[in-house]
Amino acid sequence: MNKLPQVFANGKAFIPFITAGDPELEVTEQLVYQMAEVGADLIELGIPFSDPIAEGPVIQEADNRALAAGTTTDKIFAMVARIRQCCQVPIAFMTYVNPIFTYGTERFMKNCREVGVYAVIVPDVPFEEKQELLPFCSTYEVDLISMIAPTSNRRIRKIASEAQGFIYCVSSLGVTGVRRELSNDVEQMIKLVKEVKDIPCAIGFGISTPEQARQMARLADGVIVGSAIVKIIGQYGADCVPHVVEYVRSMKNAIE
Amino acid sequence: MSNGHFGNHGGQYIPETLMNAVLELEDAYYHYKNDPGFQDELTELLNNYAGRPSLLYFAEKMTGDLKGAKIYLKREDLNHTGSHKINNVLGQVLLAKRMGKTRVIAETGAGQHGVATATAAALMGLDCEIFMGKEDTDRQRLNVYRMELLGAQVHAVISGTQTLKDAVNETMREWTNRVADTHYVLGSVMGPHPFPTIVRDFQSVIGREVKQQVLQKEGRLPDALLACVGGGSNAMGIFYNFIEEPGVRLIGCEAAGRGVDTAETAATIATGTAGIFHGMKSYFCQDQYGQIAPVYSISAGLDYPGIGPEHAHLYDTGRAEYVPVTDDEAVEAFEYLSRTEGIIPAVESAHAVAYARKLAPTMGKDQILVVNLSGRGDKDVAAIARYRGEQIDE
Repeated sequence: MNKLPQVFANGKAFIPFITAGDPELEVTEQLVYQMAEVGADLIELGIPFSDPIAEGPVIQEADNRALAAGTTTDKIFAMVARIRQCCQVPIAFMTYVNPIFTYGTERFMKNCREVGVYAVIVPDVPFEEKQELLPFCSTYEVDLISMIAPTSNRRIRKIASEAQGFIYCVSSLGVTGVRRELSNDVEQMIKLVKEVKDIPCAIGFGISTPEQARQMARLADGVIVGSAIVKIIGQYGADCVPHVVEYVRSMKNAIE
Repeated sequence: MSNGHFGNHGGQYIPETLMNAVLELEDAYYHYKNDPGFQDELTELLNNYAGRPSLLYFAEKMTGDLKGAKIYLKREDLNHTGSHKINNVLGQVLLAKRMGKTRVIAETGAGQHGVATATAAALMGLDCEIFMGKEDTDRQRLNVYRMELLGAQVHAVISGTQTLKDAVNETMREWTNRVADTHYVLGSVMGPHPFPTIVRDFQSVIGREVKQQVLQKEGRLPDALLACVGGGSNAMGIFYNFIEEPGVRLIGCEAAGRGVDTAETAATIATGTAGIFHGMKSYFCQDQYGQIAPVYSISAGLDYPGIGPEHAHLYDTGRAEYVPVTDDEAVEAFEYLSRTEGIIPAVESAHAVAYARKLAPTMGKDQILVVNLSGRGDKDVAAIARYRGEQIDE
């Protein structure tokens, strides 16, 4: 059964992103268990890609580390299947369209369904190209998450009206990465979405401090944090788990 | 055709942040395409700034030496800035200016597209930043300095394989960062719609001229057209006006690097599979999980793991053929054309010359072969010397 609704059922959602296999899959598995334990409401698992054009240097390097460690889509599915034996935290995959298309879109979505991944976030599939994935997403009941950006303007109504699961609101121009200043344009974006559809909105891109998380959580239903966590993983490598857990706990507390 | 699909290929696979920019570009392009004022200004620039039409030169000595088809060279190397890249760049920078953009950014491999973009930006008074793989800035240092002379800022890209693919990644990232005042001058018939169509249209002047020139000289159409293919802009430019002429063979020459049976190759049609990358569905060199392969060619301009979507379609339908040419063959052709005709070709274009040396002798003396000499080879001299074991200071 699709567990996405429960992500936003208990107040503001905290959604951490990590790249699967960075620095190795055993560490990813531990991170999932422990982030779930301290209150992550949905975990975004990145399937590494050689050329992630929407990512800044921090996540690019994580992708490189994961691929260098021999991480593959098959090994990631196997890991999620293992996780599911003892942990039911909602998981979404974040990856680029090429790893999905090359794997076989139907096979990919079927595997998602089998291991219990309920959503996919694919930054290089905009509204105009969603038919590439949507038919198989529908067959296997995997939500294809829509993104809106500060440049979306009049596209927001169209995107929101057909959105499923939740909407990923990109807070700022550019690629992923930690930012000192966040714009408040996102408030207007979310207002437009809610006029069209009653669907949860989560804000991502650039959020790193508890203060920023608190500020963004006031505007949205959830907060997505990637680069700040991946930076910790990059710094501590295989010993990163307690450091990440501490950080996730502080961020979760900040938005409650 | 919707969203720029060519058969199964093409499309607009880009982040939402860029969608409004490409839709705005598409509107502007279709508006100015039929705007006489725009077209007149472009023609004026092509003729009186870039030096068009370029010559269609009968390579008599090469023809005599190979003892087969009559060989003509389409001399895009004689254009201002030394390659066909200027055709597309003048069109796109003019378009950017009409759209009210004040800044252009571009990727470059060999540096030809970067130099052309920096040139057009200087001429039309726009700010210009060029992204070039670190490895390419090393092997094409002269072009880096050239771009800086023209007032452009050159960024050496240190991510990934530090070549053309990574330069495209970084330019796309920069575009998402600053999209309102900036136009991305994409250099080949690739990327998201409308770029493959825009670049093809601006480059199609090559084939239009070839058709007129060959009819004038020979009273008939050629039997085959040869062009090198990385992303495929000079090939698309010469092919486009002949697609509806079934008697004309269209042959794209891919960079095989050290050979299509090695990992050090950039021959996408020969070794690639279907994928979606850099905004388009097409063929790519990649592994079974869709990770893009680190490709290799001696030619920085062909060192790219994909091919434009219209080429992928021409391949699917069998209308065009694609053949691999190795580094060794290209370097030999580079030297051969220099000695035989007194023309030093770009190492990219030398791939097409190399295949002409194989193909011409198999054709009859009454047949005609046109090779698109897409660029001049000054920029490659030091690299060819290194390939031959000689160290030259640039």
